[in-house]
Amino acid sequence: MSKQNLTDYKDTLFRVITFGAAMVVLVVIVGIFVSLVEQSLPAIRKFGFFHFITTPIWDPVHEVFGAASSLYGTIVTTVLAMAIAIPVSIGIAIFMTELCPNFLKGAMGTAIELLAAIPSIIYGMWGLFTLAPIMGNTVEPFLQHTIGKIPYLGSLFSGTPLGIDILTASTVLSIMIIPFMASIARDTFMLTPQVLRESAYGIGATRWEVIRNVVLPYSKGGVFGGMVIAMGRALGETMAVAFVLGNKHQIAHSLLDASATITVTLANEFTEADSNMYMASLFYLALILFVMSFLTLAAAKFILKERSAP
Amino acid sequence: MNKTIKLANDRVLIRVQNLSFSYGHVRAVKDISMDVAKNSVTALIGPSGCGKTTFLRCFNRMHDLYPGNCYEGKILMGGRNLLGKDVDITELRAGIGMVFQKPTPFPMSVFDNIAYGLKLKGIRNQTELSHRVESALKHAALWDEVKDRLKSGASGLSGGQQQRLVIARALAVEPKVILFDEPTSALDPISTSKIEELIFRLKEEITVIIVTHNMQQAARISDYTAFMYVGELIEFNETDVIFTNPDVKLTEEYITGRFG
Repeated sequence: MSKQNLTDYKDTLFRVITFGAAMVVLVVIVGIFVSLVEQSLPAIRKFGFFHFITTPIWDPVHEVFGAASSLYGTIVTTVLAMAIAIPVSIGIAIFMTELCPNFLKGAMGTAIELLAAIPSIIYGMWGLFTLAPIMGNTVEPFLQHTIGKIPYLGSLFSGTPLGIDILTASTVLSIMIIPFMASIARDTFMLTPQVLRESAYGIGATRWEVIRNVVLPYSKGGVFGGMVIAMGRALGETMAVAFVLGNKHQIAHSLLDASATITVTLANEFTEADSNMYMASLFYLALILFVMSFLTLAAAKFILKERSAP
Repeated sequence: MNKTIKLANDRVLIRVQNLSFSYGHVRAVKDISMDVAKNSVTALIGPSGCGKTTFLRCFNRMHDLYPGNCYEGKILMGGRNLLGKDVDITELRAGIGMVFQKPTPFPMSVFDNIAYGLKLKGIRNQTELSHRVESALKHAALWDEVKDRLKSGASGLSGGQQQRLVIARALAVEPKVILFDEPTSALDPISTSKIEELIFRLKEEITVIIVTHNMQQAARISDYTAFMYVGELIEFNETDVIFTNPDVKLTEEYITGRFG
């Protein structure tokens, strides 16, 4: 073999290896999707799509399965967790980039990273043994006596406060996603050019006005992206929620009721799935979660692209 | 040996007295005393790192945004020391505009960029806002180019247009002084000459202090020139004198390009 041929051969080999590595990603995604569809086919055939996602009954004994209650639990806990986490993490990010004295910056940054590094099962344990009693004994009765008295809005806080409910689960979830949102928001805030800030100060803006009118608009794309990544995590989070949500298949109107998310249902029920239809329905739930996460990410990418276009 | 002239009291808008500025342990501005004449253009020249931008940023106390700074001496304007502890810095900055090296349009529309400073001053009336935005844009010789795109984003303008937009934004709040920090260093020659014409016209109404690396620019547009070197004011005089017959040898060496 000549030297030239050897070089060509090496080059080809290199290309094949890297191409193969890149293909692994596609193969895994397609593979997971195909196997989810395949395993859930019996349930898809029996319940259809709209019927499945609108049926609130999850009855393994009579083999009647509907995703509505798990979907409801997933969406409500995620939305509520986002509602708590967004203002807090933007607050953290603003403090860290605009107001925090230098000596605190490093310590705060490390603390936030540590918070993100805690395994989710520890959040779950902490939620069950520490947060749930506090919620059940103090926070929730307080909410019932205040917001609970307001017509309509009050019904969100009706029922017996036990601490194992949607509100507690959302709180734990929000604490879990705050580090992600806060550090992404902080990083994007820091990308705002200093000279742009100075320009605003230069025409007599106060600190708050600079943050509100320059830093936030300048970084809204990045902040939005961070929120979506965090939302993806909240949708898929299992362990932390499993401990404190109560795993009850119902569409609860009160935030103080137990509920179930798709992830929690999957984690808890595979061991009990004794029939083919039960198994297929669980796979169907997983497929729905897979598609939801995919759509969330795709929507985020699309919106970010639209916004960054001039 | 430093050589500075004193101006007659009635012509002085700002009087700098023994100003020193340090951040950390670095003393970047050393004991400068200098007068800034009303309705004139004063240029600050000197080699890179001589402290001219640091000096400029003392006038609107931009340094206050960062920790560890220390002013000594006084900057007197209308009998008031701008460096005093009782000065409302936000109000001070509204009265002393600043334009930077690179154009800094805010992430909003052309109109909102100009209206922003006005809104900060509490002007909410839509008619008055439009009126003042138009007049500021005309003032900055930008109106004809942007009047049809007031609602579109300012980032779509060219570099030179953006810089004039930023000047219009500074003008809109009707400051007494505008500080320019190398305003044309990022622009092409045509945009540069437009900005220079603009600055030359501006002195009918306001007072301009400009930092520039470009000595021809200083010679073209300024009435007074201050030459700085390693934090000190070496020579201050009428621009004609500085460029034709400087007193200090160091000034002469700098303007003839022997170092810098």
